Amino acid sequence: MAEIRNYTINFGPQHPAAHGVLRLILEMDGETVVRADPHVGLLHRATEKLAESKPFNQSIGYMDRLDYVSMMCNEHSYVLAIEKLMGIKPPERAQYIRVMFSEITRILNHLMWLGAHALDIGAMTVFLYAFRERETLMDCYEAVSGARMHATYFRPGGVYRDLPDEMPQYKVSPFTSEQKAEELNANRQGSMLDFIWDFTETFPQRVDEYEALLTENRIWKQRTVGIGVVSPERALQLGFSGPMLRGSGIAWDLRKKQPYEVYDRMDFDIPIGKTGDCYDRYLVRIEEMRQSNKIIRQCVQWLCENPGPIMLENHKVTPPDRETMKHDMESLIHHFKLFTEGYCVPEGEVYAAVEHPKGEFGVYLVSDGANKPYRVKIRAAGFAHLSAMNEMAAGHMLADVVAIIGTQDIVFGEIDR
Amino acid sequence: MAKSLVNTLGEIFGDKLIACDKAFGEVTIEVAKDDLSDVAKELRDHDDLKFEQLIDLTVVDYMTYGQDEWATTEATGTGFGRAREATSSPVHQEWQRERFAVVYHLLSIIHNRRIRVKCFVKENRPMLPSVVNVWNSANWYEREAFDLFGILFEGHPDLRRILTDYGFIGHPFRKDFPLIGNVELRYDAKQKRCVYEPVSIEPRVLVPRVIRKEKDPTIYVSSPEQGGKRG
Repeated sequence: MAEIRNYTINFGPQHPAAHGVLRLILEMDGETVVRADPHVGLLHRATEKLAESKPFNQSIGYMDRLDYVSMMCNEHSYVLAIEKLMGIKPPERAQYIRVMFSEITRILNHLMWLGAHALDIGAMTVFLYAFRERETLMDCYEAVSGARMHATYFRPGGVYRDLPDEMPQYKVSPFTSEQKAEELNANRQGSMLDFIWDFTETFPQRVDEYEALLTENRIWKQRTVGIGVVSPERALQLGFSGPMLRGSGIAWDLRKKQPYEVYDRMDFDIPIGKTGDCYDRYLVRIEEMRQSNKIIRQCVQWLCENPGPIMLENHKVTPPDRETMKHDMESLIHHFKLFTEGYCVPEGEVYAAVEHPKGEFGVYLVSDGANKPYRVKIRAAGFAHLSAMNEMAAGHMLADVVAIIGTQDIVFGEIDR
Repeated sequence: MAKSLVNTLGEIFGDKLIACDKAFGEVTIEVAKDDLSDVAKELRDHDDLKFEQLIDLTVVDYMTYGQDEWATTEATGTGFGRAREATSSPVHQEWQRERFAVVYHLLSIIHNRRIRVKCFVKENRPMLPSVVNVWNSANWYEREAFDLFGILFEGHPDLRRILTDYGFIGHPFRKDFPLIGNVELRYDAKQKRCVYEPVSIEPRVLVPRVIRKEKDPTIYVSSPEQGGKRG
């Protein structure tokens, strides 16, 4: 009789469904996965060590590049850790702006996840639809920070700039006709808040569109229902957080349970799943987008009514504005000191976590009183999720591995750091 | 809430706690490495604690704690020479304890509390018991701690490198490992393969590390009401 042996295959790192640079060694019994061994680290950039060699503020930009589809949420956690150590609290308006952009980021992340996940499983259209909405939100990023992705917008003590009063307009060009430009600029006539408000008006219908394509779709359900089931007990043991934990039926959300900034004033719900399979996690994330939309609307309303400072006036930590620097010696000195040496953070250690779109994103910061952190440890949600890959994939078919990678919402920027 | 946590911990663990304090609203306990397994199980299972999730496991290398690269008390004519390797300067405070601290961050979902557990290990024998059996999520975190700091976890099922390259030498996050690394990789067209060579770049420090003790420690502490108008 012929000898039957398990077959080992290499999945990635150049596989389109590997979401970046995942290398999976799969031990197969026929088409069934026996063991999955993810090899990570292909995108390791030693962010934590780099951060130890730079003044605090210069590392904010590195945080954007961790989970590069939810940029501002990464910054948020790092900035909160610094603020906790220094004992400062940003002005109220800055807190609302942060919450608003955290939620915009959550929608950005979930749209990216939805598009890529559906594409992996074979639904092309959702991907195109999702990127249409992402474009609008990235324009918000650009309008407020100048960068479409790596914003470096949150700073210790507030946010870098106030929201702009006008949105950039499309210009007539060989690629954009006059009529087309007018059409594109129609919702850009007011301030940025009007632009976001306009987005939130239509976004729930857009989510309905995605749901019409997927939720009752027979192929989608065949590929996701009952795949990658995680019980609540196992989800806790495996260190799950965010939608992965909520998909297993545990109502845990840092925005509700350990509120930071002004989340305690927001009215929103936490969706949870029942069975803990890929389909439940899909439903949880879809509902989270609707809830985020709701939070953004509350923020826009508050921000329209309450102008005010967006950064602390404490120039040991935040830069003075350029105008005062022209005639005020003190401001010039502060500016010079802040941008050459930075600020010294009191000795101590803190852990600050935010409800990142992917789960709990935390920064453990140790300071010895210097102008650079002594140790920064980034707790990325995806790292814990991916470590459960073996358990989730074992016993499933090879094609289901793709669905499980998709449902974990893997981004290698944060896993490899 | 957290106040009572400190008391509860004292009652349950007694002498096993080397230190137990609360700073910045976070409770930190320190245990000896021999007690770690027992304490971990108790932290997970005791009804008043129920820390059922290991959120994070990391290592802090205290080798250069409290050292700066440029200590002056008065203006100098030369300033800090950039683009050169930092020379060692007088140490403000020598680190008196063991070099490595393994730090566990735990979360109790039932009680909605967090705790930090620290365990110091010696430089010459950096070994402590694994907690994979208590919290399964420790598996990769311990691999990472081994990879980046060279801490050994007794009883870990599969202690391999995780983040660094296959065949990497050294533990890069230790403070005595240079930031620029030891080797660089390039493709050699003649040999038609990737080759490792010693690094060719010079190490440099653009902004020196300085420690300034503020005379008034409350200088940073301000409330939002004090925030002026800006932007």
